[in-house]
Amino acid sequence: MTDLAADKLPPVTGPATAKVETPLRRLVAQFCESKLAVFGLVLVVVVAIAAILAPWLAPQNPYDIAKLDIFDSKMPPGSASSDGTLTYWLGTDGQARDMLSAMMYGLRVSLLVGAVSVVAALAIGTLVGLVAAFFGGRVDSFLMRCVDIQLSFPAILVALILLAVLGQGVDKVLYALIAVQWAYFARAARAAALVEREKEYIEAARCLALPQRRILWRHLLPNCLPPLIVIATVEVAHAIALEATLSFLGLGVPVTEPSLGKLIANGFEFLMAGKYWIALFPGLALAIALIGINLVGDHLRDILNPRNAR
Amino acid sequence: MTEQQRVTTPTLKLANLKTHFFTRDGAVKSVDGVEFEVNAGEVLGLVGESGSGKSVTGFSILGLIDPPGRIVDGRILYRGEDLAKATPERLRALRGRNIAMVFQDPMMTLNPVLRVDTQMIEAVRAHDKVDDATARTRALEALAQVGIPSPEARLRSYPHQFSGGMRQRVAIAIALLNRPDLIVADEPTTALDVTIQGQILFEMRKLCRDTGTALIWITHDLAVVAGLADRIAVMYAGRIVEHGPTATILERPRHPYTRGLIGSVPTRGHRGQALFQIPGMAPSPLRLPPGCAFQPRCDRATDACATMPDLSDMAPGHQARCWHPVV
Amino acid sequence: MLVFIIRRLMQAVVVMVVMSALVFGGIYLVGNPVAMLISDQASEADRLAVIRELGLDQPIWQQYLTFVGKALVGDFGKSFRAGEPAMRLIFQHMPATLELAVIAMTFAVLVGVPLGMYAGLRPDSLSARSIMTVSILGFSLPTFWVGLMLIMLFAVALPEWIPGWPRLPSSGRGPTVDILGLKLSFLTAQGWLHLLLPALTLALAKGALIIRLTRAATREVLPMDYVKFARAKGLSERRIVGVHVLKNIAIPIATVTGLELGQVIAFAVVTETIFSWPGMGKLLIDSILLLDRPVVVAYLVVIVFFLVLLNLLVDILYSVLDPRVRLEATAR
Repeated sequence: MTDLAADKLPPVTGPATAKVETPLRRLVAQFCESKLAVFGLVLVVVVAIAAILAPWLAPQNPYDIAKLDIFDSKMPPGSASSDGTLTYWLGTDGQARDMLSAMMYGLRVSLLVGAVSVVAALAIGTLVGLVAAFFGGRVDSFLMRCVDIQLSFPAILVALILLAVLGQGVDKVLYALIAVQWAYFARAARAAALVEREKEYIEAARCLALPQRRILWRHLLPNCLPPLIVIATVEVAHAIALEATLSFLGLGVPVTEPSLGKLIANGFEFLMAGKYWIALFPGLALAIALIGINLVGDHLRDILNPRNAR
Repeated sequence: MTEQQRVTTPTLKLANLKTHFFTRDGAVKSVDGVEFEVNAGEVLGLVGESGSGKSVTGFSILGLIDPPGRIVDGRILYRGEDLAKATPERLRALRGRNIAMVFQDPMMTLNPVLRVDTQMIEAVRAHDKVDDATARTRALEALAQVGIPSPEARLRSYPHQFSGGMRQRVAIAIALLNRPDLIVADEPTTALDVTIQGQILFEMRKLCRDTGTALIWITHDLAVVAGLADRIAVMYAGRIVEHGPTATILERPRHPYTRGLIGSVPTRGHRGQALFQIPGMAPSPLRLPPGCAFQPRCDRATDACATMPDLSDMAPGHQARCWHPVV
Repeated sequence: MLVFIIRRLMQAVVVMVVMSALVFGGIYLVGNPVAMLISDQASEADRLAVIRELGLDQPIWQQYLTFVGKALVGDFGKSFRAGEPAMRLIFQHMPATLELAVIAMTFAVLVGVPLGMYAGLRPDSLSARSIMTVSILGFSLPTFWVGLMLIMLFAVALPEWIPGWPRLPSSGRGPTVDILGLKLSFLTAQGWLHLLLPALTLALAKGALIIRLTRAATREVLPMDYVKFARAKGLSERRIVGVHVLKNIAIPIATVTGLELGQVIAFAVVTETIFSWPGMGKLLIDSILLLDRPVVVAYLVVIVFFLVLLNLLVDILYSVLDPRVRLEATAR
């Protein structure tokens, strides 16, 4: 036991030599302990860069129909274009689009849809969950009943039906994805809020007669965030996978702005004919993105899980 | 060994046992030099506060130390055989048959999804290839021995259908099933009502007397073993600091810690007076001070205590680990 | 126990009513099927005749009531496309889907539980860590991608590269055997070959889930006092793991398996499309794309029914497996 006698404390002189260990820094340190997680992060960054910078990095704009030369369709990887200007590193698809470019643009759509839908679902779901936990009683029962019904239905069916009703288009896909995901966030936010609600700092805030909105927003919310962040990370992967599945099935984003799922669907018909690259490469891009995100999310969950706290 | 040797060899003798746990924060020396012996039919009370290492000692005897823990030194002589060096298969054969253990918390000791008869019969058949009926008969006998009414019906029940005291009796019955030479009981009555506690204490002592089983009773409560044990061993910070016959220890403790323990037991004679407390706190097993571990709290400490004292004889059969024993 | 079951059944009925209303309301908004059925050249009178025949001219609440009335006797209308009663179509295709789903889930459990237990017993070993890493792959990758890869591998690439490697069929269902009126294909050798790839596709994701679940459950059970006590009794490791540990982890594994079976039946939609497996899922997709409303509605009602039934079965199973719950229920 250290003595707390004042004369025994080290004198406070000069700048602190030890690094301040903020929670963020500790999080980063713990994250880096897992090589797999770091590898996953690298994958995610690579994919994100390819997606964000696609208009500048891609050899060709695959949406510009005027630039496509129909004679160049279905060419194997490594072949040169008819006019000699481009090398199709990964081949071309049935519409003579350069696979590499199509993949990068496809990644753009996939990642965009995934990220936006999760952010929106996170916002809506967290709001619902916090409200339910904070007000309790009938409000809570009703909201949670809705959440339960939503969750008991397989996500893919909900999305299928919604898209069948709403029709095609990127925005419709977003709505469908948000509708599928908000319930997860609502339940997690409510569970976290219920735990936090009982803690003393909330009681202290109440004693200070702070307005309810402020307590909810400034005090309760930040402390409920860690589990929500974990879920959000994994849900991005789910959203991307779901969007890809929907596109693959023919519902979802339109043909003119193909996401990875649509590209894979296009390539499916050529599979048995031996033109594997049309389906394989977008598939690999999708796989890399998903695996990367899941590796990161998995490790984040281990770190932020209070039971595993070391 | 010869018949002569078998009679005089203690059932269990620990010599300088050390069990350490190797964690990320360093080596936790839970048991760092424990010695005592128990003879057939004897009851030894192993007394110490939480964290003193008494449970770890019990588990070490049975060979139930899981990684990151390990027995690093010392000998565990069961009838002359060193268990610290025994093979896992040999240990498994001894556990439940020659050496049995009763745990502290009866709620979690029995598997909640298996019936009581399953859990008793498997204990018999792990060591004796008898048929189901014979095993069942032995189980019934054991249950009767510990005083459980209508044992046939009880056998087919599940653990959660018993009360805490009953569950602990079942655990004791399981320990007795194969007529072991030694039972290690780790705070078996701490989680029970005081009245049940008294009953079980009395019954166990009687059983051991009748069957000649040696019993090590681990507890933090000196009062519990005062009426039960033939010998007492006191543990502090992973070491035995004093051991000897019960009467001697209680009347004339030699180690300051033992004296403090006895002094802090509330008795009728001191009504109205403040309870005696040993000042300070037990050290963390991660950061043991060099030398005698009790030094920071001892009113008799001098510079000599910076070196670890050995166990030295105070009287026949009575040893203490102190440079300045109480007189 | 009986009271418990009856109460759950009543809850189930309520859920089904709510679901059917939602389903109906949703589907009602699905495009305009009339346009699909009648060519543009048809006369106005013909169009009106079709509309009246299908009941599309009535107000929505009336359509709903008609729907409920007919639904209670199992009449969901005729498929716009095939002309047959929608429910009968669903029933015809149901055995194929159920067969696929059950076999996939069985694969997942048979492989997942032992692997998960191994990973839980020796968490730091190399094999355990590789199992966990591979399991991440299992649930990251979307079902259709896995199916695609399997086709590429077993139906295209390997047979080409390795002479003599059998080409696994990648579409359709094998010959069936009639059992109790159900046509099941897993009883024939050819049937198995056709089942293999689609079942593996479905099994991978669920298998990964089961591995992780089993590992977590095993790690939770191992430090428990009763395991230590079992060791103190001198029981063999085999008995401790095979009886004491297994019986305790069986409960969460069984409940999750039951619930996930519902998900598998739903996800069969994707697998059936890829492998042209003639099940309910493929029927659904085709019907959605062709706006064949009655079939879609019938499918959704059947799915809801399955989900509710599975939930109920899982609850019953839970109380059977866990004696603490079972005896509480009867004691009440």
